[in-house]
Amino acid sequence: MTTSSSPSVLVLGAASDVGRAIAAEYARTGASLILAARRAARLDPDAADLRLRYAVEVRTAEFDVLDTAGHQAFLDGLGVLPDIAVCVVGLLGDQARAQNDFAAAELIIRSNYVGPASILGEIANRMEVRGGGVIIGVSSVAGDRGRASNYVYGSAKAGLTAFLSGLRNRLAAPGVRVITVKPGFIRTPMTAGMALPPLLTALPEEVGRAVVAAARRGRDVIYVRPVWCGIMAVICHLPERLFKRMRI
Amino acid sequence: MAGQVLSGWGRYPRVACRLVEPRDAEEATQAILAADSLIARGNGRAYGDAALNPQGTLSMLRQGRLLAFDPSTGLLTCEAGVLLADIVALFVPRGWFPPVTPGTKFVTIGGMIAADVHGKNHHAAGSFGNHVASLDLALGDGRVLRCSPSENAELFAATCGGMGLTGVILRASFRLVPIETSRIRQETLPARNLDEVMELFEASQAWTYSVAWIDCLAKGRSVGRSLLYRGEHARPDELPVESRGTPLASPGKATKRLPVDFPAVALNRWSVRAFNELYFHAGRPGIKIIDYDSFFYPLDAILEWNRIYGSSGFTQYQCVLPKAASPQGMRLLLERIAKAAAGSFLAVLKLLGRQDGMLSFPMEGYTLALDFRATAATFSLLLELDAIVRDHGGRLYLAKDARGGAQMLRSGYPRLDRFAAIRGAAGGNRVKFSSLQSQRLGL
Ligand SMILES: Cc1cc2nc3c(=O)[nH]c(=O)nc-3n(C[C@H](O)[C@H](O)[C@H](O)COP(=O)(O)OP(=O)(O)OC[C@H]3O[C@@H](n4cnc5c(N)ncnc54)[C@H](O)[C@@H]3O)c2cc1C
Ligand SMILES: NC(=O)c1ccc[n+]([C@@H]2O[C@H](COP(=O)([O-])OP(=O)(O)OC[C@H]3O[C@@H](n4cnc5c(N)ncnc54)[C@H](OP(=O)(O)O)[C@@H]3O)[C@@H](O)[C@H]2O)c1
Repeated sequence: MTTSSSPSVLVLGAASDVGRAIAAEYARTGASLILAARRAARLDPDAADLRLRYAVEVRTAEFDVLDTAGHQAFLDGLGVLPDIAVCVVGLLGDQARAQNDFAAAELIIRSNYVGPASILGEIANRMEVRGGGVIIGVSSVAGDRGRASNYVYGSAKAGLTAFLSGLRNRLAAPGVRVITVKPGFIRTPMTAGMALPPLLTALPEEVGRAVVAAARRGRDVIYVRPVWCGIMAVICHLPERLFKRMRI
Repeated sequence: MAGQVLSGWGRYPRVACRLVEPRDAEEATQAILAADSLIARGNGRAYGDAALNPQGTLSMLRQGRLLAFDPSTGLLTCEAGVLLADIVALFVPRGWFPPVTPGTKFVTIGGMIAADVHGKNHHAAGSFGNHVASLDLALGDGRVLRCSPSENAELFAATCGGMGLTGVILRASFRLVPIETSRIRQETLPARNLDEVMELFEASQAWTYSVAWIDCLAKGRSVGRSLLYRGEHARPDELPVESRGTPLASPGKATKRLPVDFPAVALNRWSVRAFNELYFHAGRPGIKIIDYDSFFYPLDAILEWNRIYGSSGFTQYQCVLPKAASPQGMRLLLERIAKAAAGSFLAVLKLLGRQDGMLSFPMEGYTLALDFRATAATFSLLLELDAIVRDHGGRLYLAKDARGGAQMLRSGYPRLDRFAAIRGAAGGNRVKFSSLQSQRLGL
């Protein structure tokens, strides 16, 4: 890890509300930021805002998680390897469409699993060489057990969760930390128009605070609202005989 | 998309609205193009139905980015969804203050321009629109126009105070004012009646800030009994010795949240009377140095205090009367309110300075504001108050209004036709931007 007192943080998917909230929370702590997203020019106002509010350094970078062939070059182009890399990229997609059109399913799988695995895998290798760093992957409770309503998305998040778990196991010794974030429901455009139970639904700012706190405290896996831990324990332990007939 | 139940600060009316929440200017213009009828919404602090449209309500809250600040001039450029609370928290420690602030900091810059808000310094600084150097306005056809006192000047003038009816303000640049400390030197002066408080306002014209809290239940010779507060940004040498090292320190946080809706009976006339007695005897005359939150935003210390009026909601009545007609008109209003004994804890009285906007509220004269529970009895009382206001050449503030009529609007705002013409021209004579309020008022 670099010795400078303010760490550098790379946010992949920085145009999303969750990405913005995580970036703001890190900026509040004085970290310098690299905001990365598709059509990166959109990020200029976000960068200006963070600089004005928190007096930190902010850069933007063009990034497409599907362009796996370009991921090496993307990282080379950053100049320095960040201390902390957060991947917020994700795509809920349309389950009904994905069932009938594999191209749609494949896009969901590539956006939530293949692409993040490519970029985070490469970042992990470089952090291993350096001998330190923090990788934070935003996965989902949907990956804890496949359900009829969103199993294509859920299976891709399950892949990401397992990938992060394996990375954590592999890199514990060289001192690279890996954190898996399972937010539960978040009030964002991804869930706009859905009737979400308020007690189970976090605001993006809450996710931002939880992520930064998890990294500070050295956590491995977090649910943003603790209540999700219990809910998922129950859901995961329902016998398959019962679960397969349920609509949840 | 599913409708979401929204209301203004008064929680009356509450209406299901199709809410869109664009992340940036590009998404906002797309949402405007896709809608048949739409109104912008800031932080929902207007009391009534100004920021409600069931067909389309466009929230600006995700567009809360600061864009540029020039410390040599104090010019701040930001997206319209930025909260004033953020600006105050960030810029007071750097030695800057908003040029005009309403009585709550939980408003957006877009809402401050659209209502052309006034503060305790209106007699000296004018309304917020006076301090706006330029704004970017999204029109119904997807165009975005830069408007300023020199560029698209008429549209700029109509947009300041235009209650969102000319388009969606995306960004604005305005000037902050330099301060040396975060404290206010406040002087409190008691007034036994209306004549006395008006004299005090006249005598306070050279002060930057002035406002009076008036006891609406006082009757007879005591009508208009009040406490006048006037203030100046404190100089460093006026601070207590222990704070001189940190003259720009932010006030400590002490916010409370009302846990549940107050039962409506809690606010009967006896409790209001008891409260007012206490308040006026506790308000000690004299000078003190206080933090800016206590001076400008006393109510913000209690989050969600709007629930104190119970689930039926409430409405605020705010009118202004021309100065010459104020002594007589205010007396009639206060007497009528005292007789009904229906008023809020306190009412606010303030002398406004000269201004002639199109739909902007301020005009030279006295403004009175007070809250009422939203009941049938209130609405008939307010009709009587309307008649007094109209007879004295006054007008009502749209940012507070949830019930006024088209006629009352017309009599109060003589430049309405000019406003309509500019709004029509900007929309290619197709009116896309409208709210439940504008529909109710036939605007
Ligand atoms: C406790 C309290 C004290 C107050 N004190 C004062 C005071 O002292 N002086 C005063 O003048 N006012 C005062 N107000 C009223 C308040 O300042 C105004 O209603 C202000 O407009 C609220 O801003 P908002 O962001 O919440 O806007 P909203 O309430 O959401 O909207 C208000 C109006 O602005 C329009 N609007 C909002 N954003 C935009 C945009 N981006 N583009 C175009 N139109 C937009 C809406 O369409 C609507 O017509 C007070 C309100 C409260 C609750
Ligand atoms: N909302 C919830 O309830 C919820 C619950 C659990 C987990 N999550 C997860 O939380 C994360 C953030 O979600 P959100 O709710 O903020 O949703 P969102 O608004 O849809 O954000 C997803 C982000 O991923 C980016 N993205 C998608 N495909 C990409 C690609 N090919 N290359 C680069 N970026 C791409 C999007 O970028 P563009 O702006 O370019 O489209 C967008 O910024 C996601 O991983 C999501 O799965 C969300």
